[in-house]
Amino acid sequence: MAAANTYVAIASQTLASASASINFTSISGAYTDLVLICSMTGATAATEVFLRFNGDTATNYSCTYLEGTGSAAGSYRNSSQTGADLNYNAGVVTANPNVVKSNIMNYSNTTTYKTVLTRIDAPTLATGATVSLWRSTAAITSVNVYAVQNWAIGSTFSLYGILAA
Amino acid sequence: MANYIKIASVAVGAGGAASIDFSSIPATYTDLKLIASLRSNRTGNVKDTIDLKINNVTTTLSQKYLQGNGTGTSSGSLSNYWGETDAAATASAFGSWELYLPNYASANYKSFSIDTASEDNAVLSITELIVGLWSTTTSINQLTILPVTGTAWVQYSTAYLYGITKY
Repeated sequence: MAAANTYVAIASQTLASASASINFTSISGAYTDLVLICSMTGATAATEVFLRFNGDTATNYSCTYLEGTGSAAGSYRNSSQTGADLNYNAGVVTANPNVVKSNIMNYSNTTTYKTVLTRIDAPTLATGATVSLWRSTAAITSVNVYAVQNWAIGSTFSLYGILAA
Repeated sequence: MANYIKIASVAVGAGGAASIDFSSIPATYTDLKLIASLRSNRTGNVKDTIDLKINNVTTTLSQKYLQGNGTGTSSGSLSNYWGETDAAATASAFGSWELYLPNYASANYKSFSIDTASEDNAVLSITELIVGLWSTTTSINQLTILPVTGTAWVQYSTAYLYGITKY
């Protein structure tokens, strides 16, 4: 019997024009966890990357960062934000792709707040890890990835679902 | 169709291996993930560093790392440095190393992410986050990892290469 596909591609987007926001909507609750993989360059200048869930723009997000810039190591935090800011100094730049890998654990439960673990890498700026909390017990059904300034054409965003065996 | 597919794997045998090499990687996947458990034959030092070749070259590679060693943190940039692994450390202790390489077949420069850890219940255990950049537009078809000071990966070192598809 063939092994079950436990790492499922849910949806993927490649920018055909510069944009500062992409959405994954109508996410099924059928998975255990979600994995978001982004590879993006900036259309104009350095810009940070944010996540929002279910269209919630209230101050329900907080993040703690661990970061290395190539010359200094540091840790920082932001509380009560209107979006989960994934990178402290690792903004997207024009030439070299940023790599974002976010694990959204137990996203469809309706009992607990939702935690996200992110590895974010900006080759010319910094490497680091971020833990984010969305203070909501709602099941996540949509993910908005956004920035202050546009990403460039060709930036990619892919969402995967992890299935329990 | 599976979206997370094993492309190839290596288990180092009794004679050791000077490098672990994955060649002729097809361009049919979206991303690559390489997971390795490594120990080098370096003597006189509990750690060895890891070198990475892409398409059999180490040129046009750059990186930044964030390191924690149990007593402090640091960050830097070194050429040909892609994490540390166990060597003459505690017997049977192997370092863990994971590379994630998105859009490896694209015509853009390739950015990638490495997580590495070498815990040995001794005085020098190291974990690192690394960002790498291969400033080349060529599609990636070969990945090679080798010890910097040691001459071989020892027996029971393993490496698994996976392809991830978004379709």
